[in-house]
Amino acid sequence: MSRTVTPAVPPTPTPTTGAASTTGAGAATGAGASTAPTGRLRVRRPWRLAAEASALVVAVVVAFPLYWMVLSAFKPAGEIQSTEARPWTLSPSLDSFRRVFEQQEFGRYFLNSLFVAGSVVLASALIAFLAATAVTRFRFRFRTTLLIMFLVAQMVPIEALTIPLFFLMRDTGQLNTLWSLVLPHIAFSLPFAIWMLRGFVKAVPEALEEAACIDGASRTRFLWQILFPLVFPGLVATSVFSFISTWNDFLFAKSFIISDTSQSTLPMALLVFFKPDENDWGGIMAGSTVMTVPVLVFFVLVQRRLVSGLGGAVKD
Amino acid sequence: MKHEATAALPKAVPEKTAPATAPAPVPPPVTPPERASGGRHGSRWTPWLYLAPALVVLAALLVYPIYQLGLISFLEYTQAQVSGGEPTTFKGLGNYRTLFSDSQFWEVLLATVVFAAACVVTTLGVGCALAVLLTRVRALPRLALMLAALGAWATPAVTGSTVWVFLFDPDHGPVNRMLGLGDFSWTYGRHSAFALVLFEVVWCSFPFVMVTVYAGIKAIPSEVLEAASLDGASQWRTWRSVIAPMLRPILIVVTIQSIIWDFKVFTQIYVMTAGGGIAGQNLVLNVYAYQKAFASSQYSLGSAIGIVMLLILLTVTLVYLRLMRRQGEEL
Repeated sequence: MSRTVTPAVPPTPTPTTGAASTTGAGAATGAGASTAPTGRLRVRRPWRLAAEASALVVAVVVAFPLYWMVLSAFKPAGEIQSTEARPWTLSPSLDSFRRVFEQQEFGRYFLNSLFVAGSVVLASALIAFLAATAVTRFRFRFRTTLLIMFLVAQMVPIEALTIPLFFLMRDTGQLNTLWSLVLPHIAFSLPFAIWMLRGFVKAVPEALEEAACIDGASRTRFLWQILFPLVFPGLVATSVFSFISTWNDFLFAKSFIISDTSQSTLPMALLVFFKPDENDWGGIMAGSTVMTVPVLVFFVLVQRRLVSGLGGAVKD
Repeated sequence: MKHEATAALPKAVPEKTAPATAPAPVPPPVTPPERASGGRHGSRWTPWLYLAPALVVLAALLVYPIYQLGLISFLEYTQAQVSGGEPTTFKGLGNYRTLFSDSQFWEVLLATVVFAAACVVTTLGVGCALAVLLTRVRALPRLALMLAALGAWATPAVTGSTVWVFLFDPDHGPVNRMLGLGDFSWTYGRHSAFALVLFEVVWCSFPFVMVTVYAGIKAIPSEVLEAASLDGASQWRTWRSVIAPMLRPILIVVTIQSIIWDFKVFTQIYVMTAGGGIAGQNLVLNVYAYQKAFASSQYSLGSAIGIVMLLILLTVTLVYLRLMRRQGEEL
């Protein structure tokens, strides 16, 4: 409920932020609470500056691997092979990217990855929405049991299920098809999606449903024309997780797409550039960049909803 | 409702046109109970209707594979049975006996637990410290740190692993240059390889902790903090007696999630140490199970390892549920 109050964190410095930090710093002086405001300011400044400086340093350190990845992708081959690692390049080139896209049908793998992740996001969002509505809007037998089962299902180490899933896919003839990646990922993203969406569905007031009912809307109509748009932000936040876990999937892609490489996804394509004698770092970094950018874009687009969604999922 | 109205209308019409005939009074008593029972019927089955797709998918692709996993762990199931057409034989607890008498299994289990614990502690420490730091800085540094963290969070495990291996590459990586380590190979030694993977795991999982804890701190009403400072509480006291208790539920969630994620690390180990390190020195349970099953075709041993992992994580989950119950959280 209080989720709506939770400030969407990064871009908007809300007035409460200022108030909180003032009171916090006021308390920092502790015993010196009686000193004049100017004195307090003088004490506070260096501390805040130190905090801000360290925040910036941490930000640089955290962002450095990504910067290095993009930088190395643009570096000409000679500079990458050199033993002095310079943090800039004067002659950026697209050679590594060209090599990546020429070799191994990288574009096709990209589309495969996109198809798998897209199908999983759509299917699991719809299925999870229905299920979350059922467990929040209705009281029925085994409701609590089901909820606990969803929680427990999140903890199942899906990697351990590779073995039985491999045989399941083999027996149903799905090996080497993209469906062998789509189907398990729908199943594995559902429990968390349901658990997270629960908070969003709960936040829609019951009175709205009664009002809709009085106005003569059927249950189906309420579900799709009223509840669905209201829960949509939550669906987006939830989708981030299913998108990422699917896009990043490495184990299933490695285990289920065994002989038909036209059905491979990006993570597998990346490993092609690892060679026993000498790794093609330029190619690896360019491939990594291509693989990371869509997720970054997706993340930046939905980050505000993500943060508020997390707050809600954790609190409700 | 509209449907019922239109359905009732034609019935009412013949009733009026033929008032004297005998069958006229029959329809009214029949329809109301039918309608009523239909409505009750509907609302009782609606939740199950909504749940049906989810339950079907979960049953087919989660419950059934778990059952299969358990089954295979009791069978003799190797290459001969998978493609050689040999009949499968029931071995009972034989696979588990083999596993538990293998000293490598215990070594891997110990490494998994220690490694996961180190990851969890470091991730939580870094995440919480940075969340507190975020509350102390103005908008611009906060935005910078948030964006950097989101970037790390969004990076796929595979590319994160490749980038970190490259950063620490003995020949071309910048880290060894900066630290003056020469051509020290991080993946050669057991501990340094685990440390390298730990850096990557912490890097990509601290943002979740940081963002969640930060959102939790911001959600504490400012009146509460004001009241505390008016009452003369020192900053340390405010933290210990006001903020920490209010953050407890969030901290529990974050801790449990971290335990579960870090216990299941697969991609990082597999990519960064090339499938478990030199002579399997960096194996964790997940990679071990995978190697047993798919590299040496001992599917039943791999399944037995999977079951062991499942049981360990189930225990963690039960502890989590216990903690949630104790807090009186309603499901």
